[in-house]
Amino acid sequence: MQWDVILQALPKLLQGVVLTLELVALSCIAGLIFAIPMGIARASTRWYVRSLPYGYIFLFRGTPLLVQLFLVYYGLAQFEAVRQGPLWPYLRDPFWCAVITMTMHTTAYIAEIVRGALQAVPAGEIEAARALGMSKTQTLLFITLPRAIRIGLPAYSNEVILMLKGSALASTVTLLELTGMARTIIARTYLPVEIFFAAGVLYLLIAYVLVLGFKLLEKVLRVDTGQLGR
Amino acid sequence: MTEAMTEAAPALEIRNLHKRYGDLEVIKGISLTARDGDVISILGSSGSGKSTFLRCINLLESPHQGQIIVAGEELKLKPSSNGNLVAADSKQINRLRSKIGFVFQNFNLWPHMTVLDNVTEAPRRVLGMSKAAATEMGEALLAKVGIADKRHCYPNQLSGGQQQRAAIARTLAMQPKVILFDEPTSALDPEMVQEVLSVIRALAEEGRTMLLVTHEMNFARQVSSEVVFLHQGMVEEKGTPDAVFNHPKSERCKQFLSSNH
Repeated sequence: MQWDVILQALPKLLQGVVLTLELVALSCIAGLIFAIPMGIARASTRWYVRSLPYGYIFLFRGTPLLVQLFLVYYGLAQFEAVRQGPLWPYLRDPFWCAVITMTMHTTAYIAEIVRGALQAVPAGEIEAARALGMSKTQTLLFITLPRAIRIGLPAYSNEVILMLKGSALASTVTLLELTGMARTIIARTYLPVEIFFAAGVLYLLIAYVLVLGFKLLEKVLRVDTGQLGR
Repeated sequence: MTEAMTEAAPALEIRNLHKRYGDLEVIKGISLTARDGDVISILGSSGSGKSTFLRCINLLESPHQGQIIVAGEELKLKPSSNGNLVAADSKQINRLRSKIGFVFQNFNLWPHMTVLDNVTEAPRRVLGMSKAAATEMGEALLAKVGIADKRHCYPNQLSGGQQQRAAIARTLAMQPKVILFDEPTSALDPEMVQEVLSVIRALAEEGRTMLLVTHEMNFARQVSSEVVFLHQGMVEEKGTPDAVFNHPKSERCKQFLSSNH
């Protein structure tokens, strides 16, 4: 193991870490924002409300992220309308292609988490809100959603970590995030073991910090309290 | 007639309520009137439909037929696709529900909020009360049910009896016209039953209008102004506690009382 090579590569790898974090943060936050209404619609008792999110989730959960990424990155440019469209400056950029694809992908998973969490809120707690005169909307906003967020948070943290590792696929569309950067350095140094080892350790560190952060958030939100007691 | 017209409308009136699950009719036409200050205990063996009846009053369950009148205002109902009656006017049902308190067997406190927040949530959201006013009222109510020191605790840090007292405070915070108690002590350990019953007794002595589904016979005998005995979804016997407990006419009621002493 040539440690000095790792040390030399570290500044470049850290640049890759920054890009990885940007990809994951943007897609997981945007994904959460889109997934909450989608999950609510998915949990609806009316078939015409839940069918659209159902189709979306079916599509994006059933195909590999890599295939989706290629379709967005190589596929969209095939259409004249897209190239002439106002979003072309973004859609021609691999960074935004990766962010959009990862967001669409994770939205599907998070929406399923939201649905499961909404349906796991004990019926009695919702009845209590309705019995006090709260409207359906008030009950959803002030009781059901805050409860569901706590129920779904552990699963969401899991999804964020999956997206962290999924972001390595962005290297296939020329992005120099952590994996892409590692491959570039390897192309120059011919030392795959050292560099991939270093990249692996960096992924592990990010995941560790994420786990700690979510643990703290779970503590602040008192996630464990709902399940116990009674 | 004129005398009856001028008399204030009863706090709660139920006329000919029916409820069925599929082909099984579990409530077969129950009528009941609670005037201001009445404490009506509803007794019956399990499966007699007493909890279902109580839950139909504020539409936690959909009745199949019947009228529900709260302080002279009739709840507007319309048939849904499966034949049940549902609220025709969502604003009205929310308003009437806020006037009908409901205390659950399992408390149903919201575990992610402190006890005080549990109490102040509905007055703030539904009645538009300010946070300061709701907090002041909430603290007074928690003091009244004897758990003022627990106001910043979370429900799972409380004993069952304390949780049920918190749930009663949450109901009182809406200043309901009628309070429905659905077996409020059935989920409690025996040593906690009395602390909840004494809170309910204090409410009865204040002159609150209450409907109480319970298995606590002695308590029902002491606090009730009227006792209703249900059997197979019908009123089998009703009257003053003395009449029902000491001189029951129906065989089933006699059997039930003798097996529950």
